[in-house]
Amino acid sequence: MVTFPSNEKALGMYKTMYKIRKYEESIYYLFLEGIMPGTIHQSTGEEASAVGMLYDLRKDDWMASTHRPAGHDIAKGITVRAMMCEMFGKAEGCCGGKGGAMHTGDASVGAMTANAIVGGNLPIAAGAALAFKMQKKDNVVVCFFGDGASNEGSYHETMNAAGLWKLPVIYVCENNLYSANTSISLTCCQEDVAAGRAEIYGIPSEVVDGNDVLAVNEAAARAIARARAGEGPTIIEVKTYRHGGHSRNDACGYRPKDEADYWIDQRDPVKNFRKVILEKGIISEEELQKEEAEIEQEIDDAVEYAKSAPLPTYDSALENVFWEG
Amino acid sequence: MAMMSIANALKSAITEEMRRDPTVFCIGEDEDIPGGMGGAFTVTKGLGEEFGANVRIAKEKGFELKGVKDFSNNRVINTPISEILLCGVCVGSAMAGMRPVADLQYGDFLFCMMDQLVNQAAKMCYMSNGGFHVPMVMRAPCGASNRGAQHAQSLESYFVHVPGLKVICPSTAYDAKGMMKQAIRDNNPVLVFEHKLLYGGKRKEAGQLSAMGEVPDGDYTVPFGKAAIRREGKDVTIVANLLMWYRAMQAAEELEKEGISCEIIDPRSLVPFDYETVLTSIEKTGKLMIVHEDHYNGGWGAQLASYVAENAIHLLDAPVVRLAAPDCPIPFSPILEDFVIPSIQRIAEEARKLARL
Repeated sequence: MVTFPSNEKALGMYKTMYKIRKYEESIYYLFLEGIMPGTIHQSTGEEASAVGMLYDLRKDDWMASTHRPAGHDIAKGITVRAMMCEMFGKAEGCCGGKGGAMHTGDASVGAMTANAIVGGNLPIAAGAALAFKMQKKDNVVVCFFGDGASNEGSYHETMNAAGLWKLPVIYVCENNLYSANTSISLTCCQEDVAAGRAEIYGIPSEVVDGNDVLAVNEAAARAIARARAGEGPTIIEVKTYRHGGHSRNDACGYRPKDEADYWIDQRDPVKNFRKVILEKGIISEEELQKEEAEIEQEIDDAVEYAKSAPLPTYDSALENVFWEG
Repeated sequence: MAMMSIANALKSAITEEMRRDPTVFCIGEDEDIPGGMGGAFTVTKGLGEEFGANVRIAKEKGFELKGVKDFSNNRVINTPISEILLCGVCVGSAMAGMRPVADLQYGDFLFCMMDQLVNQAAKMCYMSNGGFHVPMVMRAPCGASNRGAQHAQSLESYFVHVPGLKVICPSTAYDAKGMMKQAIRDNNPVLVFEHKLLYGGKRKEAGQLSAMGEVPDGDYTVPFGKAAIRREGKDVTIVANLLMWYRAMQAAEELEKEGISCEIIDPRSLVPFDYETVLTSIEKTGKLMIVHEDHYNGGWGAQLASYVAENAIHLLDAPVVRLAAPDCPIPFSPILEDFVIPSIQRIAEEARKLARL
């Protein structure tokens, strides 16, 4: 049974989840309009994982994300304006237009460059955690990965060492049941693809309802406390579901309709948490709508800003191949 | 001044940099195991005594900890045999303010960490538009030494092709120390190719050739992108790196007796590459020969030859000659290995033919 947080924190978590939802919806429509370049891997449906895991982190703690980074990045503190500019390939994007949808990040808020190689971020997060340890800092790293990454060599090499070295890192497997188009039942004998393989590496693990932000947040608090106290890593496997396809053109023909309906209609993390905070009476329906309207406005403003923001100069294509200080 | 082997010059550079900068640390497979070798080629042997090593500390505690929790006084870190981990930890720790110097044992294992090196280390600064940078050194012993195809490769050319990596190949004690210091201070990933036969070990393969050299006392660096003219000459320019320029020097001595004068250039760093020194030399000689132990097809010599063709073909009086390992894996049998790696005799023959054109 989870303990209900303060009203302020509950509302704060809801607002961030709502912001992620609306951001992703906005990106989706911009793609349908055909005015946004590139591809997308959307996190709609997985907002509780991002917000529950990252809400209590300090700004100087680090976060490492994947090819599906928008929710994580917004929850870690990158502005929707900087994200939106990056999506449009603009100079004011969080990566100067050189990263794109799968590489968003911002050092100033502790969001490591998102990683589009499945499992690529796992040892890098371990390296950052080792650095914090060597520097005698009490910072921690939260590293997200998908169920697919748990079958990469990098997962096993990294978990082995992270457990051995007791690194201050929390590995969060967002198990959304599909590695791109392939059901996890076809990729691994374990149902808990990450947590089920944690013990062999000497790492404690938890399996959590990834669509319940409070449950995720409690697991996060335990893991963060362990990591800060020098007790080492935790693997948290959050069970969740992406509402959309793996990427831009994926119509999800491989998913049973009743499965998708169940997750999208009954298990929606944003809608369900909205109900909870209203039932608890921490905010009225009218006030909540006002808060939501403000968030929608922030995103609309970011879209308008990004559309007319300056393009990067050609010269910038050749900059920062090597660090220029 | 002190006479040093390349292995000791590298160790001296790493030790001094670790003293100078607390963010510098060593990491790798078989690092500072008491009673062990210190990597595969002794370069890091004993460093843990001064800087602390996870394995030493664990041993003192009877291996009770199954590893070490406290890394605050521990700057020589032994890793499991996990190359993806090794390189990834370098990338992540470098992004977070450290300067890792990694020991790979054998350069051939670079392929096991290819994603981390090429997709991560090399691109992180670019993808983040300078928000993050990756000051790390990856030390890769290379070259054929009777160990068979998977412990014999010269891999420089693979990495010359990757934007965001610097690639150096120091081959004297002086350069080894100065360039290693430069690499550790560089703010980007630097891949260091060290030739196994030049470390200065006592094995027979090193016998005929000494890479022992004078190393100044005190701090100095050797900048990247500046070739060294190892021998001045007027008839043929030979550009060769690592073991190959030593062999070219011996070939040049033979040819000198026949009245053929060779200029020998050791590029020392392949990224960045000092084309200017090569062009200046062929302006004088009109003839260019390139020798590397890396394979012929797509070797770094091909890049140099095409650069010269694009930019300075008018300086050439004869076609460029490229001498390289043929496009077969490196065989074990010593007689076959000697056959595929450019020898003093073959270098001399080819240079003689070129000089007479």
